[in-house]
Amino acid sequence: MVRDVGVAEELAQDAFVSALTQWPETGIPRNPGAWLMAIGKRRAIDRFRRDEVLERKTALLAPDLTESEDAAFAALDEDDIGDDLLRLIFIACHPVLSMEARVALTLRLLGGLTTVEIARAFLSAEPAVAQRIVRAKRTLSEAHVPFEVPGKAERTARLAAVLEVLYLIFNEGYAASAGDDVMRPALCEDALRLGRVLAELTPDEPEVHALVALMEIQASRTKARVGPSGEPILLLEQDRGKWDHLLIGRGLAALERTEALGGALGIYALQAAIAACHGRARAAEETDWERIAALYDALAQLMPSPVVQLNRAVAIGMAYGPAAGLDLVDTLTDEPTLKSYHLLPSMRGDLLEKLGRFSEANAEYERAAALAQNARDRTLLLERAARCARR
Amino acid sequence: MRFLVMVKATPQSEAGELPSAGMLAKMGAFNEELVRAGIFISGEGLQPSSKGARMSFAGGKPIVTDGPFAETKELVAGFWLLQAKSKEEIVEWLTRCPFERGEQVEIRRIYELEDFAPVLG
Repeated sequence: MVRDVGVAEELAQDAFVSALTQWPETGIPRNPGAWLMAIGKRRAIDRFRRDEVLERKTALLAPDLTESEDAAFAALDEDDIGDDLLRLIFIACHPVLSMEARVALTLRLLGGLTTVEIARAFLSAEPAVAQRIVRAKRTLSEAHVPFEVPGKAERTARLAAVLEVLYLIFNEGYAASAGDDVMRPALCEDALRLGRVLAELTPDEPEVHALVALMEIQASRTKARVGPSGEPILLLEQDRGKWDHLLIGRGLAALERTEALGGALGIYALQAAIAACHGRARAAEETDWERIAALYDALAQLMPSPVVQLNRAVAIGMAYGPAAGLDLVDTLTDEPTLKSYHLLPSMRGDLLEKLGRFSEANAEYERAAALAQNARDRTLLLERAARCARR
Repeated sequence: MRFLVMVKATPQSEAGELPSAGMLAKMGAFNEELVRAGIFISGEGLQPSSKGARMSFAGGKPIVTDGPFAETKELVAGFWLLQAKSKEEIVEWLTRCPFERGEQVEIRRIYELEDFAPVLG
């Protein structure tokens, strides 16, 4: 009903403040969400009556003004609240906005983060974040983006934009290291929570459940990913006793929902299925590499990025032997985007070492060490190089 | 951050009495709200202490004591594992819990990786 996101947000804040002051006296309403929205509506009507400059907005509200407020309140139910939340999600992630704007708006309007918290989480300055949000709202308003859930035709594309935002927020949190501000790893929780909320609002959308599955399973590894001195530990070397099996279970359940909806071949579904293969293996040796290789085959068709191809090559090497893996990795050595990616020569070195081609492996490990971003990775790679030099 | 919300036992829960159909329905609806809000991670009911045991560790072999245990009000009959921004948010959510006969819950914050960081160095 209110076509301006800025006004809508202020009114929602108003309603919330009103709720906080009234609830202790009047008791919790049977349907608190509906109550919040009803107060918001009443305030919107009051405000527009007062403000002549917003006459045209009042005109938009005209149909509501003819209803009695009691009838309007009675008509509200859980579905409306879900709808309002869904509308807010779609608007905050609207593709007319830059990715940075979408992320800031989503965390502000839906995650409830302050601009200070968002700035800390993304290593930005608070005024820059505040500006970004103001500009985003203006862009939405100038583009006359309607405050509504997209129709069937656009829904898949618009949902993809939402999932992109959520996964970006998650990855930002996932990439946080030991010394980082505590706001950064908390981003994983924010993304997971929003994903879970979205999954309940759009229960028939397989890719939403798939993204939730992917995030739950990745989050399950949080305690195992970092060593005592803050160094990263590779998945295959992690202590699986430190994996959160509750989250793995939730991830597997979400993946089942995806598959039950026929969404097994979606981009997030395939990534979630790969994560699930690792999650199910009680030890690295029990990993179903053939299944992972097949999933990467499918993923590479949808997402033919060099990094995906590289991961596919590793999986094929694990499933079908290092020669098969090396054949594939060799097709990637000229990829411009992988030129400074230390994992390419590192993986090539690993496959060569397994094939007994030690002097070539040594050269690759040294090349990888030179490209490595952190000291610990560099040390490990030089150790492997030295080990090959001795053979 | 995550919180463990413990539901304290009552003479009824210790007697293994299941809640009424009405209460089960209300509790189901409440749990659904928690799921829809994205804060529900896990939640279970616990069987009476008569089916449980205690162990105490003071060096040497731990001492095992089978239930039931006497101090009903201190026993745990169920729990939720919830994720939220603050204790205040959890309190707000639990305000909507359908309990109405003097049941008690205890809310405790879970230690996260970040809480250990200073020790790890």
